[in-house]
Amino acid sequence: MNVTIVDYQSGNISSVINSFTEVAKGEVNLEVTSDIKKIKFSDKIVLPGQGSFKSCVDSLNQIKGLVDTLKEFAITNKKPLLGICVGLQMFADIGYEEAETKGLGWISGKVSKIDNQKGKFKLPHIGWNEIEIQKESKIFKDIKNKSHMYFVHSYEFIPEDKSVISAITNYSSKIVCSVERDNLFGTQFHPEKSDKIGLKVIDNFLKL
Amino acid sequence: MLKNRIIPCLDVKNGRVVKGINFVELKDAGDPVEQAKIYSDGGADEICFLDITASNENRETIIDIVRNTAKECFVPLTVGGGVRTIQNITDLLLAGADKVSINTAVVKNVDFVKEASKKFGSQCIVVAIDAKKVSENKWEVFTHGGRNKTGIDAVDFAKKVEENGAGEILLTSMDKDGTKSGYDVDLLKAITNSTNIPVIASGGVGTLDHLYDGIVKGGASAVLAASIFHYGEYKIKDAKEYLNSKNVSVRL
Repeated sequence: MNVTIVDYQSGNISSVINSFTEVAKGEVNLEVTSDIKKIKFSDKIVLPGQGSFKSCVDSLNQIKGLVDTLKEFAITNKKPLLGICVGLQMFADIGYEEAETKGLGWISGKVSKIDNQKGKFKLPHIGWNEIEIQKESKIFKDIKNKSHMYFVHSYEFIPEDKSVISAITNYSSKIVCSVERDNLFGTQFHPEKSDKIGLKVIDNFLKL
Repeated sequence: MLKNRIIPCLDVKNGRVVKGINFVELKDAGDPVEQAKIYSDGGADEICFLDITASNENRETIIDIVRNTAKECFVPLTVGGGVRTIQNITDLLLAGADKVSINTAVVKNVDFVKEASKKFGSQCIVVAIDAKKVSENKWEVFTHGGRNKTGIDAVDFAKKVEENGAGEILLTSMDKDGTKSGYDVDLLKAITNSTNIPVIASGGVGTLDHLYDGIVKGGASAVLAASIFHYGEYKIKDAKEYLNSKNVSVRL
């Protein structure tokens, strides 16, 4: 199996590479690239994302043909893709971090700043929080409800169609922390930094 | 509910841990990678390396340590000490650090936080503030391990780094550091009440009760400690169970 971690020169993806390498243990052929040909012929794709919504979208758009290739892979052909953090947020139609920015538009909805109730809650939302599983999800196989995952973000994805939400977490409000539709997966938390339980999420994705 | 974090900190000098954990099972008490792994397996919420290497020649060693630790520890890894340039940050992140802690470089030039957070995202920029009490409810920022006075008010400085894009503040009381007499709770309160980003308390932990004070009385989002864990007095698990028994929410 060929799994590609999309390296589009935005943010730090070392931890994503390390954790997938650890879980794959040589059984999966892992590529870290932005080469469109390689992405096309992958079996699965990981779309990481760090920094702002705008900087990530801008970086994706800078690589010619990448957005179309990803769309064909995940939406047209419905092959498995996992977005992590801003990688998930970019599924939305629009994001408001830094400046109003058009997203990939794969799942209708917007990405806006977490309402921290006028400073009552600190932002970024950093640390370990419990996930409340909302529906059966392939990537949460053998993962207990209320497991702890590691978060670091100030913006949240609000999808229009609530049926895509596979887990939420409770902070200043209920925050969407993972989505699933067909073979499209996204986590707001960082499985690569969430200890053994996070590695299990990665394992589930690799075993799809 | 968001959990309060417990962060063990390892001081690294020339590639070796300075104050090592006294565990019998430890093969090499000076190996930072092995110690980080013990902490991570023991339930540490994050790991922090502080590089106290004095000479520039040996600074490369921290990069190798980070690289090797990141292959074995899958919890967030923060690295600080001697980070002065964007290139320093790039090198540490590429090696596998998740956050970088910057101190003197920010005191000298607050725009450095802006530049760094714009380039890498606020999520990975921690500003370390070393503060010393100068009068009643007044603290001043110091650099170089508390030796150099800056004349900058710690509360004003904390607000300023927040405005400039810091994701977190790592606050060390220079009066308390190494005393094992507890955090400077008043300092913590002053900073947590005037900023809206998470504050990590540091400096002075001697008992598990001090961790409780840092979180509950000081308002810290995370507590950092070195010696109580290094010398094996307490394990991470002891700290978490203690806090949990006092109704402080932690990841168990």
